[in-house]
Amino acid sequence: MNAPLPAAATRTAPDRERRQAEVVAALGRVLPAHALLWRREETVPYECDGLTAYREQPLAVALPESERQVADVLATCHRLEVPVVARGAGTGLSGGALPDPLGVTLSLAKFNKIVAIDPKARTATVQSGVRNLAISEAAAPHRLFYAPDPSSQIACTIGGNVAENSGGVHCLKYGLTLHNVLKVRGFTAAGEPVTFGGDALDAPGLDLLAAVIGSEGMLAVIFEVTVRLLPMPETARCIMASFDDVRHAGDAVAAIIAAGIIPAGLEMMDKRMTAAVESFVHAGYDLDAAAILLCESDGTAAAVEHEAQRMADVLAACNATRIEASENEAQRLRFWSGRKNAFPASGRISPDYMCMDSTIPRRCLADMLTAIAAMEAKHELRCVNVFHAGDGNLHPLILFDANDADELHRAEAFGAEILELSVAMGGTVTGEHGVGVEKLSSMCVQFSPAERAQMEAVKRAFDPGGRLNPGKVIPTLVRCAEYGRMHVKRGLLAFPELPRF
Amino acid sequence: MDAIAAIVEQVRAAHAAGEPLRIRGGGSKDFYGEAPSGTLLDTTVLTGEADHEPTELVVTAPAGMRLVELEAQLAVHGQCLAFEPPRFTPATTVGGMVAAGLSGPSRAAAGSVRDHVLGISMVSGTGELLQFGGRVIKNVAGYDVSRIVAGSLGILGVLVEVSLKVMPRAPAEATLRFDCKPAEALAMLHAWGQRPLPLDASAWWNGNLIVRLRGSEAAVAEGATVVGGEPIAAPDAAAFWQSLRDHSDPFFVAAQEAIDDHDATLWRLSLPATAPPLGLAGDELIGWHGAERWLATALPAADVRAAAATVGGHATAFRARAKPAGAFAPLAPPLAAIHERLKRAFDPKGILNPGRLYPGL
Repeated sequence: MNAPLPAAATRTAPDRERRQAEVVAALGRVLPAHALLWRREETVPYECDGLTAYREQPLAVALPESERQVADVLATCHRLEVPVVARGAGTGLSGGALPDPLGVTLSLAKFNKIVAIDPKARTATVQSGVRNLAISEAAAPHRLFYAPDPSSQIACTIGGNVAENSGGVHCLKYGLTLHNVLKVRGFTAAGEPVTFGGDALDAPGLDLLAAVIGSEGMLAVIFEVTVRLLPMPETARCIMASFDDVRHAGDAVAAIIAAGIIPAGLEMMDKRMTAAVESFVHAGYDLDAAAILLCESDGTAAAVEHEAQRMADVLAACNATRIEASENEAQRLRFWSGRKNAFPASGRISPDYMCMDSTIPRRCLADMLTAIAAMEAKHELRCVNVFHAGDGNLHPLILFDANDADELHRAEAFGAEILELSVAMGGTVTGEHGVGVEKLSSMCVQFSPAERAQMEAVKRAFDPGGRLNPGKVIPTLVRCAEYGRMHVKRGLLAFPELPRF
Repeated sequence: MDAIAAIVEQVRAAHAAGEPLRIRGGGSKDFYGEAPSGTLLDTTVLTGEADHEPTELVVTAPAGMRLVELEAQLAVHGQCLAFEPPRFTPATTVGGMVAAGLSGPSRAAAGSVRDHVLGISMVSGTGELLQFGGRVIKNVAGYDVSRIVAGSLGILGVLVEVSLKVMPRAPAEATLRFDCKPAEALAMLHAWGQRPLPLDASAWWNGNLIVRLRGSEAAVAEGATVVGGEPIAAPDAAAFWQSLRDHSDPFFVAAQEAIDDHDATLWRLSLPATAPPLGLAGDELIGWHGAERWLATALPAADVRAAAATVGGHATAFRARAKPAGAFAPLAPPLAAIHERLKRAFDPKGILNPGRLYPGL
């Protein structure tokens, strides 16, 4: 947890019970009985999100069913000075929805209505509990789709996507959540209705929408989102290329971009990841390759034909040892099946895995893989790698056994080392999963005390009482002091030469 | 003492003295927003090379660098700023471009300035040198402060350096012309918009709809067949889009005359693209496939603002001899409160470009 919890955290159990009774009684006046959970057996399903290593029981879980009830819950919590943790589907990977032990978890999962699809304006207005994939499904009859596609898109909600600024495999070409959201309607910490952005392409004043997107539920509670839809591409083709050296694969990524091509997707898997997914999905991956690239083109048939040929030419010139282009949709989906199942496949080869999410400049991909190989020896743990290579976003999966305390400790040290190297390379500790509680310590490395203080001040500007999702994203000074790592200057000013490995 | 240290010093001294500073780069947007005031803080001293990484699609440039120089450097590698920011004069700087947050003709298709901002170095109102974001495309570490600063007109900090996402220049483009009324133009644009066509920019003015397609050779060739219209020769098309982008084309020239001679105001109406023609008196140019409408008119500000608000948009008094009703549309109360607190969070004494965005901010 982030160092100093509210003073109340040190209260004794009877104190907590009294507080819980007070909060439950107050919320009971604004919610029907079935929309308020507080007994331990009822709150257990909400004790964690996708980051299961951290668990807490909230004082209560509120499951409002109307917009009015959301406002009332927030106003009640505001009056009682109770922390509020908003929650969507709970698929987040960084503990952003971890309950506050003295707070209320506000589930928005019941708000799953698609309010409007406007094909002429190419927008969809949906409640925050609508699943990511459900937006594209609802838009499909109009030959439109919602572009950001995080791997968890079957389950994750648009509210959670906005909170995390989620990416996916298509964001190099189509952008992140930030680039595809026009308007967010919700509530301030005090329960006051507020709208960020609008139906036009910009809004007057400061761009508060950009602040709210990716703020991990700390600035406002999101109730309804208006997203931009895009016309579905006529067709898509995926090229799978093998390399006998990760450096060649890394160079090929740079060469594709240098050729002026923006692929619809550009993904990399290392040899062990390929082996793991092949035994899981049997897609016919090249098991001899040191690295595999998946490179997708989409658009009209003629444009795709032309672009796919150019991609293949570049890959061949970069010493690809095998190049295969999908000939039909079934084959294209088979090429992707392994990449999309990288996480479950890793779950089959190890009791536990820790997924990193840093981003580095593309040109450092091969250096990073080499460095990770050295870290494996140092920490005596294995690591399998999948990358959103097109945007330099890494997902190294460190394999370990959580039942072995020493392995867990070594895995954490391994992960921290990857994140620190990412920052030193000019990158960031999280590309799309968010800071949550998981990467609080790493924030000490990426940001100076003054920068963290400025972020804290931004938080207070939106939420003066510090009630929304407290303790996430911004580490305290005490925590950073205890972590003991220096803030690494990212060299935005000095352009230092990057370390080579 | 280097230029950044000197700016830090100047801001610290101003903070200590409570002295307002007027942040200025090339001065090409002195007309924009509320009237500038305060002691000059000149960012053109922040010069130097841009660090362009073509294979990263990222460029990092000092705030005082001239935009035209940056674009020339990108062009060497076949890359560009996809959002086509206006260059009202050759002196326009990179920092001014980000601080003003104005995007050009391709904005509806390619995104805005803030969409392409990846990171910034800035000096806050207390004289702290801070860095947010970074030089990579995907980055969700902490709040996206760099994108709040984009378009903030300098009220939150002095930009020192910015990192931007750049894009390869499209290999092909085609410009097509149609004779039509505004409602017909909008109907055509919305119909095309629902199909996977490489529709990039559009402008309707004076009975003409001009449309630009951009993308691969194959996509543009196919798209041109679908869209139809009268093809405009490439040099003429390039000159047209450039003058539109930089506000030097006949519409904007006439608007300036209306301001000078008839005390008109040039309004920028940002509307949902599907809003119907508003039918306001004056000369109108429709861009961004309907989402941006320029109106040179002598109508009262309240009428223009009300018409924009009725359809879900807002109106900015872009150029005028005076802006008595404010440059920007007023904010809803909860947003105004957040604005005030954010301003104080970055600039507790209110010394940076005070009043430039809204009076009192």
